[in-house]
Amino acid sequence: MRSLLILLALLAAPLRAEEVVLGLSQDQVSISTNFDGSEIIIYGAIKRETPIPMAEPLQVIVTVSGPRVPVTVRRKERRLGIWVNVDSVNVDAAPSFYAVATSAPWNEVISDTEDLRHSISIPRAIRSVGAPMNVAEPQAFTDAVIRIRTENGLYALKEGAVDLRESTLFDTAIDMPANLTEGDYRTRIFLTRGGDVVSMYETSIDVRKVGLERWLFNLSRQQPLVYGLLSLAIAIAAGWGASAAFRLMRSG
Amino acid sequence: MQIYLPIAEISVNAFLLLGLGGIVGVLSGMFGVGGGFLMTPLLFFIGIPPAVAVATEANQIVASSFSGVLAHLRRKTVDLKMGTVLLVGGLIGAALGVWLFNYLKSLGQVDLLVKLCYVIFLGVIGGLMFVESLNAIRKTKSGKPPARKKHNWIHGLPFKMRFRTSGLYISVIPPVIVGVLVGVLAAIMGVGGGFIMVPAMIYLLGMPTKVVVGTSLFQIIFVTAFTTLLHATTNYTVDMVLAVLLLVGGVVGAQFGAILGAKLKAEQLRILLAIMVLVVCGKLATDLLIQPTELFTIGAAEGH
Repeated sequence: MRSLLILLALLAAPLRAEEVVLGLSQDQVSISTNFDGSEIIIYGAIKRETPIPMAEPLQVIVTVSGPRVPVTVRRKERRLGIWVNVDSVNVDAAPSFYAVATSAPWNEVISDTEDLRHSISIPRAIRSVGAPMNVAEPQAFTDAVIRIRTENGLYALKEGAVDLRESTLFDTAIDMPANLTEGDYRTRIFLTRGGDVVSMYETSIDVRKVGLERWLFNLSRQQPLVYGLLSLAIAIAAGWGASAAFRLMRSG
Repeated sequence: MQIYLPIAEISVNAFLLLGLGGIVGVLSGMFGVGGGFLMTPLLFFIGIPPAVAVATEANQIVASSFSGVLAHLRRKTVDLKMGTVLLVGGLIGAALGVWLFNYLKSLGQVDLLVKLCYVIFLGVIGGLMFVESLNAIRKTKSGKPPARKKHNWIHGLPFKMRFRTSGLYISVIPPVIVGVLVGVLAAIMGVGGGFIMVPAMIYLLGMPTKVVVGTSLFQIIFVTAFTTLLHATTNYTVDMVLAVLLLVGGVVGAQFGAILGAKLKAEQLRILLAIMVLVVCGKLATDLLIQPTELFTIGAAEGH
């Protein structure tokens, strides 16, 4: 037991050499009625008790990930002249939002093994194990998730977007689009040297609906019948109101 | 001005939604169609998730139909008795339709079925109406009196009832069947069903065109209200913010539509509706026939 602890301490020692001190421009994103996307500034410093090691340059990777949820991806094919869904793959977990920013080109900041271990790059952040045997190219389905979500601004890989000064201060901006879902957005900062992760820091950004949005959303889930009746009442009132207004306008 | 929709979870331009609601409202007041067959595809197009679009559209149709029916009530162009008979059938049909929809969903391919339904029904009805009203316009131009309503098998059925406003004395069986069919289709296709009911009332039941619009709106209010409640309580997909934006535009549009409709001749009204139905049908058909740019779609996960 003691030897195990010593081993752990030894393993942990290099990680302690350089540590992240982090700041966020906001640790909460409030989705209000006029929410139109958000930009979060992630900044920080690297704390160390020893002089800067000269061997390999320090690099920084910042990832922000939305809640991971399973999705179904369907593929269309031409059958009898029309385009129909022919097969589908259930992707076990795909983040609703995923942004990666690095301080240098991708292959300079991290090795494949480290990427695999920490699931940092976009394809690694998506977990898909359950492709049925009869589907020809299961990889094409995961690629489609990345392609479609990148087009919608939900997935982004920004190489060189982290500004690193004197191997000590860093900052980057993460754009969050308007079509954001609620949840805890896991934010990770990796420090790497020569492709190996030397330190990791994790925090979360709280993305929440507020005010009217919050109230309506809660009502729709907790009291669906009341919500439905309220929707109908508004519809009837609006219909009657418009009718009455027009009658007044024409008679007056 | 961007606005965030709490249930759809996306941000859209408020003025775009107001405008769309307005245009569809005009059609609603003019033709007595709820406008869902036009609005639902438009909402898909601006990126609203289909489930939310269908459910919210039902809610919006309640508002525009209510606004429209008030205008028609004042002009005494609503056959309340006929509307009630149709409604009885409609509610039975809607319940049947929801059951059928869920059954087909469990088999997969429900999207395709909905689209095929649209193409077939819009194509057949649009085509028939177009030809018929073109003939009617030619006849009135050549000065011949319009043909007298013929007595057909419908008039031989039992349970006859007098519908004063429509000037009809027919069996209640055909209107109930029409109501059921429209209810089923309304639930499957996520529309009010006016575009099917209006021609059915004119050609099958032989109701006068002026009464048809108001009566159809009357029935649509109740069927879509029922659908809204079903969606709100089972799928939680009614987006109130989206509905309010659409219906503010919609109710105003419906009033203008009713005024416009009163000024146009019945044949012209019918040929306009026919053209519109055919255009939407053509668009949906080409979507099925032309290779889409993105072959993959992402949907919410379903059971393995």
